[in-house]
Amino acid sequence: MAEKRTIQLTVNGRPYSGQVEPRRTLADFLRQDLDLTGTHLGCEHGVCGSCTILLDGAAVRSCLVLAVQAHGRRVETVEGLAGANGELHPIQTAFHKHHALQCGFCTPGFLMSIVDLLKTRPDIEDENEIRTALAGNLCRCTGYSGIVAAVLEVAAQLRRERTT
Amino acid sequence: MSRALFGTRVERREDLALLTGQGCFTDDLKRPGMLHAAVLRSPHAHAKIRSIDVAAARALAGVVAVLTHADLGAAGKAIPLLQPNPLLVARTQLLLAHDEVRYVGEPVAFVVGDDRYVAEDALELIEVAYEPLAVAADAQEALKDDAPLVYPEIANNLASRFTLGFGDATEIFARADLVLRQRFKMHRGAGQAMEGRVVLAEYDRRANGITMWSATQAPHLVGRLASEMLGMEQRQVRVIAPHDVGGGFGPKAIFYPEEGLVPFAARALGRPVKWTEDRREHFLATNQERDMYHDAEMALTREGKILAFRDTAVFDTGAYVPWGIVDPWISATTIPGPYKLPAFQVNMQVVYTHKVPVTPVRGAGRPQAVFVMERMMDLAARELQLDPAEIRQRNFIQPEEMPYAMGLVYRDGAQVIYDSGDYPACLRKSQDLIGYDAFRREQAKARVEGRYLGVGIGVYVEGTGLGPYEGAIVQIESSGKVLVTTGASPQGQGHVTTMAQIAAHELGIDVDDVTVITGDTGAIPFGVGTFASRIAVTAGNSIALAAREVREKALDIAANLLEANKDDLELAQGSVFVRGAPARSISLGALALTAAGARPGYTLPPGVQPGLLATNYFSPSQAAYASGAHVITVEVDVRTGDVRILDYAVAHDCGRMINPMIVEGQIQGGVAHGIGNCFYEELIYDDNGQLLTASFMDYLLPTAKEVPTAKIAHMEVVCPLNPLGVKGVGEGGTIPSAAAFAGAVEDALKPFNVTVKEVPLSPEKVRKLLREAGR
Repeated sequence: MAEKRTIQLTVNGRPYSGQVEPRRTLADFLRQDLDLTGTHLGCEHGVCGSCTILLDGAAVRSCLVLAVQAHGRRVETVEGLAGANGELHPIQTAFHKHHALQCGFCTPGFLMSIVDLLKTRPDIEDENEIRTALAGNLCRCTGYSGIVAAVLEVAAQLRRERTT
Repeated sequence: MSRALFGTRVERREDLALLTGQGCFTDDLKRPGMLHAAVLRSPHAHAKIRSIDVAAARALAGVVAVLTHADLGAAGKAIPLLQPNPLLVARTQLLLAHDEVRYVGEPVAFVVGDDRYVAEDALELIEVAYEPLAVAADAQEALKDDAPLVYPEIANNLASRFTLGFGDATEIFARADLVLRQRFKMHRGAGQAMEGRVVLAEYDRRANGITMWSATQAPHLVGRLASEMLGMEQRQVRVIAPHDVGGGFGPKAIFYPEEGLVPFAARALGRPVKWTEDRREHFLATNQERDMYHDAEMALTREGKILAFRDTAVFDTGAYVPWGIVDPWISATTIPGPYKLPAFQVNMQVVYTHKVPVTPVRGAGRPQAVFVMERMMDLAARELQLDPAEIRQRNFIQPEEMPYAMGLVYRDGAQVIYDSGDYPACLRKSQDLIGYDAFRREQAKARVEGRYLGVGIGVYVEGTGLGPYEGAIVQIESSGKVLVTTGASPQGQGHVTTMAQIAAHELGIDVDDVTVITGDTGAIPFGVGTFASRIAVTAGNSIALAAREVREKALDIAANLLEANKDDLELAQGSVFVRGAPARSISLGALALTAAGARPGYTLPPGVQPGLLATNYFSPSQAAYASGAHVITVEVDVRTGDVRILDYAVAHDCGRMINPMIVEGQIQGGVAHGIGNCFYEELIYDDNGQLLTASFMDYLLPTAKEVPTAKIAHMEVVCPLNPLGVKGVGEGGTIPSAAAFAGAVEDALKPFNVTVKEVPLSPEKVRKLLREAGR
């Protein structure tokens, strides 16, 4: 067992510090040390995308990032997606409306990937492009139709908001 | 106004917590002083264990215990068989292998440590001396006389052989106009829920009881087998499937060794223990469905009427048979499907191999059966130059022939009697959704341009809602709100919404005034489990019947209190009132308090037992037969072998729908699982029984890019067998998918006259078909 390192980071805007082994994944740090269990581990080898979070604003798989790599950085997880007063992010509302989740295990990863997508490609509107963008996350329950519908709706909403 | 109405698109009550990261999955749970476990698994498909040295692992800092079979004492026995059958020579596994391992991934040692990292470190310090033995890796090879044996005392590795059927097929084959013969291989693949298996157990020394949380589909089953393995009474082992379980699809509906090892260790150590499966373990040690070989023969008239169907099948069941032979049995009885067969015979051989045990995966043997029958229908249509839809129409059981006795015995021991359905209309509806005739014209045009489009059909009948029962307790709480308690735990199906809809509908209240508790053996004594598309039928009707009883009870007590005639009373908006005199009313909450004895001295009406609650265990008389037709259109790239799905249509009948939104979600999700099975997902083993596709890099789950949004039409032929008129819908989206896909690919490649004999296809296999056709 290697010596523990001290890390400091912000998660959903709050500062945290912790003592971690260098080998500890960021996902385990978030789930076990910070009790932020909304981030889920589906494959632990970087394919399923369930553990997707934002690191300094960009989507990453927290099972492939070590906690020590997050030192001094900004982490956003599904727990921080809704506003301070509990108002849901538009993509959360759209997921509910379009039955885009069943068991809900993959959902946090999808939500974080989509938040990243809508930020980096605010003009996305083509369904095929959206499907390609979502192909980095796996869902076994829904067959994706509700997820695609939710992204199409929010993307259109954001476009409308920008033009008005 | 109540928005509870049965049959409406009530939005899910589960969603808010899951969308905000507040879900409660088993791995999210923590208990004070909790330890973490890891499992050492066999790297060999078949080997003798000569010795196990755990000294170094035990000495590692942070390791609390290392268990091998020698440490298990009375728990060292084989796991009880779930479905004994006189036709089966059954073998089930031990919690930890004793002196022999029979599949790669079989548990050999169990380490408990301060955290998962340490426990996994310790696995590497355990020295096991294995003596590798010859491997039976393929079911067909395993049947041969010189094949290595999984059990020396079981000749030819034959776990079971049975024949089902009716009519005199031999005689018919001898004189039929047309006889077709074809060999098929159908590989079904894995469940692969996004959440793996997770077990947490805690021992209470004073109460001498265990509380166990498991990401299972069947908490009562787990509790029963865990208590048996631990030598405890069932009441001493409480099993909870937490509020959220991350997908099921069949493989979580079984008791696994870890569900014995975790509570065993928790009891032995006096500390809570958690084990969380990783994805590699899920590939190596969570049950799968796999290979089935069929030699099918069909006899027909010149007009395309089926006269007889004969099939010799080989089913790979892996190294153990925890679920008995339900899978191959379901498969055998599903083959006839929606068609009238004068004679039918299936000869099934169930074969042990050195691979992970096989238990049901979404569809449970039915996709294989439908694949065989529908492929044969397509081949017959080609031979007789009929349209594939037309030959099916010529053979369908007609709606006016219902109920229709097939002449077979289903897995529940009852006769296969289709209760209701309209197969001809269902297929036409699915064809309409896809625009079948227009597509045929487009196809002809495309062929001229050198593009290869095809359309395929898959029609199925599925026995859903199997017994023995599921139950519910419906109770009015003193607030006047309703509590529904059922053993049937959800894994994404939306029980908390649909069950509330049923109760709210029966009791005239809002769905949000219904609390639903699921999957806790401490809350309801009996339960079976959420699998086999059975919960709407079994638990759904239990809730309705219990709610009706509660309603009567409320009216009885209210009649007494209001000094009114029961017939003059009405229950609405959470109160009972006298019709025409709404001021004379009493709330459900007040009635619940009265029934609970809160009015000392008050006499309950004659025959009324205390408590405003009722328990009902609905036990269906037989399966409720759902049905459907899938029509798929594809384009095949003949250079690369890639297949693109152009459109996907589903017309189906699941009886009355409780919530169409949730029904459509089940179908679309099932279709995705089916598409995976058609083209992407394959558990490929080498000759040594090593799984070569043991990661999501190699075993491909379909993504949003591969799964189109299906067009769905509902038929709603009311089931006459249960009060709600419902049938199951959990598996129908998957069942005919591979058959329709295979038909569509074959149709696209009609100019090359290829025959699709196996799924999953892959670009490589499509190219192979074309190469063999000289292209």
